[in-house]
Amino acid sequence: MSLTVDIRRDLGGFDLHTTFDAPEGVTVLFGRSGSGKTSVVKSIAGLLTPQQGRIALDGRVLFDTAARIDVPVHKRRLGYVFQDSRLFPHLTVRDNLCYAARVSGRGSRDPKEVAALLGISHLLDRRTHALSGGEAQRVAIGRALLSEPDMLLMDEPLASLDGPRKAEILPYLETLRRETGLSILYVTHNMAEVARLATHIVLIDEGRVVRSGAPDEVLTDPDMVRMLGIRDAGAVLSATVAAHHPDGLSALSISAGQLLLPAVEAPVGAKLRVRILAQDVILARTRPEDLSALNILPVRVLAVRRGEGPGVVVQLQAGQDRLLARITRRSADRLDIVDGAECYAVMKSVAVSQTDIAVGLQTGL
Amino acid sequence: MTTWLGPEEWQAVALSLKVSFWATLLSLPFGLLCAHALARWRFLGRDVLNWLVHLPLVLPPVVTGYLLLLGFGRQGPIGSVLDDLFGITLAFQWTGAALAAAIMAFPLMVRAIRLAIEAVDPKLEEAAATLGASRIKVFVTVTLPLIVPGIIAGAVLAFAKAMGEFGATITFVSNIPGETRTVPSAIYAFLQVPGGETGAMRLVMVSVAIAIGALILSEFLSRRVAQRISGS
Repeated sequence: MSLTVDIRRDLGGFDLHTTFDAPEGVTVLFGRSGSGKTSVVKSIAGLLTPQQGRIALDGRVLFDTAARIDVPVHKRRLGYVFQDSRLFPHLTVRDNLCYAARVSGRGSRDPKEVAALLGISHLLDRRTHALSGGEAQRVAIGRALLSEPDMLLMDEPLASLDGPRKAEILPYLETLRRETGLSILYVTHNMAEVARLATHIVLIDEGRVVRSGAPDEVLTDPDMVRMLGIRDAGAVLSATVAAHHPDGLSALSISAGQLLLPAVEAPVGAKLRVRILAQDVILARTRPEDLSALNILPVRVLAVRRGEGPGVVVQLQAGQDRLLARITRRSADRLDIVDGAECYAVMKSVAVSQTDIAVGLQTGL
Repeated sequence: MTTWLGPEEWQAVALSLKVSFWATLLSLPFGLLCAHALARWRFLGRDVLNWLVHLPLVLPPVVTGYLLLLGFGRQGPIGSVLDDLFGITLAFQWTGAALAAAIMAFPLMVRAIRLAIEAVDPKLEEAAATLGASRIKVFVTVTLPLIVPGIIAGAVLAFAKAMGEFGATITFVSNIPGETRTVPSAIYAFLQVPGGETGAMRLVMVSVAIAIGALILSEFLSRRVAQRISGS
């Protein structure tokens, strides 16, 4: 299922004028808070009415001011997972999950199967107030799934959770994406979530789409670094587990060679995506010897972007992939880092944490 | 009870209970509709509806009773239609007493239900809609279950108010023993005759007991609605 959105609405502070396509897969709508992301998702769901525009899901028109079409919320068949779980307090977990089947008759999917997929089978008879934030959010995801939506809208589903709870849910989202094949529009301003989940990215600022495309292109675009956040900027690479070494390291093969990372929890041959932050990449003009860092990749400089501060962002070609490095302007001048320069990218193995690794997902979908 | 209360007193208590029961039961659907409209709908004339609902609270009851007599009396515009078409007369009947009680109790009922509806998070109703529930189904499956204690509280308050209604009732349907002599009218009648104080006192005690019982029940149920909505 692919979604086409072209809407306008006056949001008081600025005009929302958003045009984008969300192809099959996980499209991440990324932007700062107040950029209009939530208004876009609410408009798609029908909870907010744009002043003008058109929204269509494959051939099915949901909203069109020109044709005077405005399909009511309950007939749009879009699952919506809110930031707050919004579970019905008067119903048990099971009754929450079965709610869509009860009101709309939809629901050939087995609630038990969905509960197992999300790890909430043991909670079915509980009342919702007895759930933790992470559990409540998984129930909310299950409830939306069981309404058999054509597409799932997730509006910052992890934003209200603390770090450990986020880490608890992310793998379920990855499983969900793999097992159901459902297209998802995912709103967030968290780069770690983008890196792990996105198969397509739409960057939005002040209600307008600034850039959209595949994650490996968008995330390594040095012009987007400011918007993505300088500390969060980084590349996402596709990798395959090559070997597990007895000293606690795993070897991953990437297009530019090999990466050694702390033991990855995936079998040999498994496909992964690995996020490498720009600030964790060191550049050298000659291949360094006698260095503790284990990962040294030959790269070519594609572009250098100077910011206002002392730093520059360097875009690098590493095999088929692109990397970003953030270094000081002084180093860039001293090492003569210019477009086309050949150099080496150095990365510490321990710089990549487990939360930067997503199992079973390739950047290209 | 029958031995402690005299037959006339018992008749008044039974009549009051009957009048209040029907007044509460029949006004409940309208009360629910008005409360929902005032809490959730945006429409022209919402303020006017709000005033109309609250008018009996601020008008002198005798005015409300007189207006009822003008409207629902045999010669009145509504009363004559009811009489011609359905053979229903309200003036000087216990059914008229029920109508007067219902109208006087209506603002209390609507307020209680409206507060309960406003305490329901509209975000839950939005979530229900995204799950495929039409507006009516959202109301029946989400809003209604969450406000049931509020509805009961509103009904209890309305019942208690109906039990005590006097001014509008005596103006509209007079004070006919066995037909329209409710507890307050009976107390009034007792106090008009010498030596009626003991009978009046017994009815006063019954009234106080019913009023306090209703308030306690209403308070208890209101607390339940809050618990239910917060989910604890």
